[in-house]
Amino acid sequence: MAQTAKEIDARGLSCPQPVFLTLKAIDEGKFPIRVTVDNATAKANIRRMAQGKKLNVAIEDKDEDIILTISK
Amino acid sequence: MKEKITDFFSSRLGIIITGAVIGILGPTLQKFGNPKNMGVCVACFERDIAGALGLHRAAVVQYIRPEIIGFVLGSLIAALLFNEFKARGGSAPVVRFILGFFAMTGALVFLGCPWRAWFRFAGGDMNGLVGLIGLAIGILIGIAFLKNGYNLGRSHSCKKAAGWAFPGIMIALLCLAILQPRFGADGTGPIFNSESGPGSMHAPLIISLCAGLIIGFICQRTRFCTVGAIRDVAMFKDTHLISGVLALGVFAFLTNLVYGQFKFGYDNMPIAHSNLVWNLLGMILSGLAYTLAGGCAGRQLFLGGEGDMDAGIFVLGMITGAAFSHNFGLAGAANSVLEDGTIKVWQPNTQTMIAVCLGLVVCVIIGLTNRDKVD
Repeated sequence: MAQTAKEIDARGLSCPQPVFLTLKAIDEGKFPIRVTVDNATAKANIRRMAQGKKLNVAIEDKDEDIILTISK
Repeated sequence: MKEKITDFFSSRLGIIITGAVIGILGPTLQKFGNPKNMGVCVACFERDIAGALGLHRAAVVQYIRPEIIGFVLGSLIAALLFNEFKARGGSAPVVRFILGFFAMTGALVFLGCPWRAWFRFAGGDMNGLVGLIGLAIGILIGIAFLKNGYNLGRSHSCKKAAGWAFPGIMIALLCLAILQPRFGADGTGPIFNSESGPGSMHAPLIISLCAGLIIGFICQRTRFCTVGAIRDVAMFKDTHLISGVLALGVFAFLTNLVYGQFKFGYDNMPIAHSNLVWNLLGMILSGLAYTLAGGCAGRQLFLGGEGDMDAGIFVLGMITGAAFSHNFGLAGAANSVLEDGTIKVWQPNTQTMIAVCLGLVVCVIIGLTNRDKVD
């Protein structure tokens, strides 16, 4: 199982911070990237951005949070 | 079923349809009585609400606009139905209040929010295009701060009841709009209604409310945002939101043509002035303030409806800013036509110039002082 290389906690951040932080991690190129968000808007925005870059996105709900795992 | 609806609203087609619906409803509300080239203007309508509550004394702009109430309650209904209602707050609320205050200061110099800039442009008012250019410049300045680590910190979960506070204010406003209590001095107030001017022009309450509810519902689902649209293109080359905003412009233009409401012009347009410099500066200030707060005037209402108290505070800042704008004589006014038929372009007074410059300085200070270190 692949080791998680990068953790991003984007909970409670206003637009466009969740996408901005994720994009910076993608540009660094260390995959997979685990992004934790707490709202559906951030989830949808990050998923759309990552899929637009032809990356794989796995989504799981954990209590009140949503975890997106982005991999190549 | 809910998942399929969510996927649809998240799609490109979903955001385009949302823009189209707003683009059709705006001019249609004008057909039913709303002011020309205003459709649904968040800034103007919040200003009218401030006036209706007696917070300012500009008699021509006083009316509790049901569209604003509908935006928040439509979003609330969507958030509750799709389990997205989440009470949260605490991300620099007073700073957000100040950003809302100056977003309104700039908006009232231009005479409109980004939504109205599009409606004005789509109605043939080329000052709308000037406003959109100013908006884009303000957003680009905001992006420079975002790229240098600007953010207002995290919001935190709150008790569910707290998230109802802002929608609760809207329900109270709706009650006041319906009941129209009269126990002020000389039989007027505490709720005021314009007898002439833009505040007297409005669609029937039920039509305005229903249009607001529809827009609030679909915008909560699609995250429609006129500021995010330009920001996302400039920052991420993401054209998702802008496709919805462009659809608003195109469909508003077509609907205006159908209703015979399109009139091309520059210096003699309804509820508009053609002072290029101050139209630009007003919208630069607004665009910067919206970007620092994370979304346009409409988006703040939709966020407030889904429990975001920081967005609610921004809106209350805008309403307060509207009251100050009129009480301090900061707001722009339409060009006037002199007796010989020549048009006199609106000119700002000293306090307007000071207020806009002060707003820009305050926004820059906020942008510079609320930063994380950038790697």
